[in-house]
Amino acid sequence: MSQRYEGWEPVIGLEVHCQLRTESKLFSSAPNHFGAEPNHHTTEVDLGMPGVLPVINGHAVELALRVALALGCKVHPVSIFARKHYFYPDLPKGYQISQYEEPYSTEGAVPVELDGEEFLVPLTRIHMEEDAGKLVHDSAITGGAASYVDLNRAGVPLIEIVSEPAMHTPEVAAAYLRSLHSIVRYVGASDADMEKGNFRCDANVSVRHAGTETLGTRTELKNLNSFRFVEKAIAYEIERHIDVIEGGGEIVQETRLWDDKTGQSRSMRGKENAHDYRYFPEPDLIPLRLGEDLIVSQRDKLPALPHERRKCYREEWGLAVQDATTLAEDRGIAEYFEATVVESELPKLAANWVKQTVLRTLTDTGSSIEELKATPRHLAALLKLVDGGQLTVANGRDVFAEMVETGEDAATIMQAKGLESVSDTGELETMAREVLDANADQLEKFRAGEEKIFNWFVGQIMKKTRGKANPAAVQQVLKKLLAI
Amino acid sequence: MNEVLALSLSELSERIDRGDLSSRDIVEAFLGRIDEVDDRVRAMVRTHREPALREASAADDARRKGNAKGPLHGLPIVLKDNLVSPDFETHCGSRILQGFRAPYEATVVTKLKAAGMIVLGNTNMDEFAMGSSTENSSLHPTSNPWDLGRVPGGSSGGSAAAVAAREAPAALGSDTGGSIRQPASLCGIAGMKPTYGRVSRYGLVAFASSLDQIGPMGNRVSDLALLLEVIAGHDAKDSTSLEKEVPHYKGALDGSVDDLRIGVPRKLFETPGADPRTLALVREAIEELERAGAKTVDVELPHSAYGIAAYYLICTAEASSNLSRYDGVKFGYRAEAETLDEMYRRTRSEGFGREVKRRILLGTYVLSAGYYDAYYRKAQRIRTLVREDFRRAFEGCDVIAMPTAPGPAWPLGERVEDPLQMYLQDTFTVTANLAGLPALSVPCGFVEDRWPAGLHLITRPLDESTLLRVGDAYERRTEWHQRMPSLSA
Repeated sequence: MSQRYEGWEPVIGLEVHCQLRTESKLFSSAPNHFGAEPNHHTTEVDLGMPGVLPVINGHAVELALRVALALGCKVHPVSIFARKHYFYPDLPKGYQISQYEEPYSTEGAVPVELDGEEFLVPLTRIHMEEDAGKLVHDSAITGGAASYVDLNRAGVPLIEIVSEPAMHTPEVAAAYLRSLHSIVRYVGASDADMEKGNFRCDANVSVRHAGTETLGTRTELKNLNSFRFVEKAIAYEIERHIDVIEGGGEIVQETRLWDDKTGQSRSMRGKENAHDYRYFPEPDLIPLRLGEDLIVSQRDKLPALPHERRKCYREEWGLAVQDATTLAEDRGIAEYFEATVVESELPKLAANWVKQTVLRTLTDTGSSIEELKATPRHLAALLKLVDGGQLTVANGRDVFAEMVETGEDAATIMQAKGLESVSDTGELETMAREVLDANADQLEKFRAGEEKIFNWFVGQIMKKTRGKANPAAVQQVLKKLLAI
Repeated sequence: MNEVLALSLSELSERIDRGDLSSRDIVEAFLGRIDEVDDRVRAMVRTHREPALREASAADDARRKGNAKGPLHGLPIVLKDNLVSPDFETHCGSRILQGFRAPYEATVVTKLKAAGMIVLGNTNMDEFAMGSSTENSSLHPTSNPWDLGRVPGGSSGGSAAAVAAREAPAALGSDTGGSIRQPASLCGIAGMKPTYGRVSRYGLVAFASSLDQIGPMGNRVSDLALLLEVIAGHDAKDSTSLEKEVPHYKGALDGSVDDLRIGVPRKLFETPGADPRTLALVREAIEELERAGAKTVDVELPHSAYGIAAYYLICTAEASSNLSRYDGVKFGYRAEAETLDEMYRRTRSEGFGREVKRRILLGTYVLSAGYYDAYYRKAQRIRTLVREDFRRAFEGCDVIAMPTAPGPAWPLGERVEDPLQMYLQDTFTVTANLAGLPALSVPCGFVEDRWPAGLHLITRPLDESTLLRVGDAYERRTEWHQRMPSLSA
């Protein structure tokens, strides 16, 4: 990397806000669902009305705990909520309830895979907090000057996952984010849909001379709403830092907004305008206690995680790095794949089919893996037919398509459609003779040394069987007849 | 004066039971009293005449059909104007909440209604409960029924004055640093701040969350017992409310004190500025308890001297935070302006009164980066030491006795320009809030035979029963609570 940035080492830390998948909000009974009419998912607590009090949502705590356990974090038996103050219309109480000096979880690491290399990116902390509402500006809709407040999101439970400043390239940062995204979904803590804003990333970027320890002045990048933006924005910001410093300038500590249209970041708020949040312990809540029982119960709910699965796929089942990564990324896909392997004992074939045919089907039909009528058991049966030569790969795809429609099993579909491979050698020999007899001129050319005619014969025989023949069997029969 | 007005809640309840009085008679009597005297006392900010009369008739009907909800069914009460309900507006003594009506209800109001009580009206208070004289109300000051030229104390001054003037047989107030006990003392009634967490704060407009507690005010200690039993208990909507059984408080009032040791913090009686006339009345009250069989012992509360300082750091810090929500965006008063910042600035400048702004400024400073450790964190350490003082003191005694207020009521307007003098009103009361302890004020005589004084009793967490027992025993042996103000101008 030092070659890439000519003597500079970029330092990157990410802060990820991740909405938790709960029925209700962090401190109120209002529903936590995306897409309702503005301000319909609110109670007096979310509106910050006089005299209201927050009550912690136990399910949010469980989900937050699960993420911390999945990332190997230290879980603190007692943690404290704090108030973070600033004035803005999307913040009804004038403060956000967060955790500050004593978060529920610290340390831990995110297992990351990039270009076949597995490594850990260490975390500073994870803390729980409530989301703010949203402002909708007229300027964006009608060009008017009014702004509207929508508090449906106010009070939605979040965890903020803060990494150490321990990443050094935009690619690693993006890979970290993908891995984290995959894990929070794996453990059922979040839908982590970036488009819906339930997985949001800010990046702290600085550069220093390669080989030195002291961190350079950092800038904070906001508005990184996709994996692609994150990578582009960080790459841009690193170059900007280096250009400024090499041009004799100084980096100003500030918050910058990424604008994907211009492909640039621009200053949003300088250090002199940084908020004094006046944190202090939230007196309306008692300290959060995470007992050993709760920790054990949530640890028991953890599935095998993507990095464990990747390792198994590569080392036990011999998959290629890229295939292993793709198949392990989503828990539903991984479990489907694994069930197919267990049923079929054909890991490589299953990997190919899941990666290509199954994933394409999901994209085409827009359905989820859980909704698929073609279950792992169905697919395994199909793979066994293909592996045993009873079904060609091409016809297998047709059978799968039918399976997705009807949920019938592979053998039934194959028979109903008459797609069973012709591998009866007697029948194939008869057809092969007919082809040779009918094409004496071609046969002559072959005998004269034109070897590619062999494949032409194979094609003709396949045609005669309407694609049902096992190509290997056809070749065998043909070789026998031609005595080669 | 209608003789009904002189009766306690228990007596009113007995009369209803016997059929001597109806709820309608009682509610009409108190509404009549409000009409008669409140233009002089100005304790009320709102009276719910029609609904109260309707509910009284309904209560009488229910009783006739044998559906009485309990001893308090059909009896009236007034509420400090910081307890919300969809039934009425809540202004909290502030311009910024003008016209505000909550779409939800304070848990205590729901509980009173479930017990069948009738809310006659809402009482005046210092803005956001910040003050000791009820002069910081955006509406009007309230007068002390014993001397209309003097303050009733505060911040629950409206509730105290209404009960003292017999505009209602009982009231609820809130106490953050003495706001129930000090006005009770200055108005010659009984008032209690329960243990922190004993009563749900849900729907109490917050001033300082870690100190605020709702409590009963009345003409008899036994009435406080009845009311506390109704309003106490765990509430799932208040995470700081305690999951402890609510005892039958009135059952503990057996008139005995001979098993108790009364701790007397002699040093506190030497507090500079404390009125010797008040101190003499309090000493006399303690001697009365001795005559009743209680033992007195000396106790030390060494950190009480820092109580006021710690209290004003913590309460202003929490207030500056709690009052951030009044920004003109969602409810209450909004000043029109061109920009968002200007709207915030003007709304809060115009909507809040001087004392509230002073405390927001102080609290903001206390929590600021670079000052937090020196002020807020240090104040929390003192709070721990104060709590520890009491824990140690209660190893050697059951109840601690001292004055409630350092002196009697003072003339209206005399101290409005002297906030520090005003803050010293809380000298004897704030430590109970800092330590979360239950504390009671009972009338213990009159300074110059005109201005009431209060005996202040503090006990261990959740031991309200003992506190009420001592207060009640004292009341049985004295006649202060039977005097009534003449209300002459």
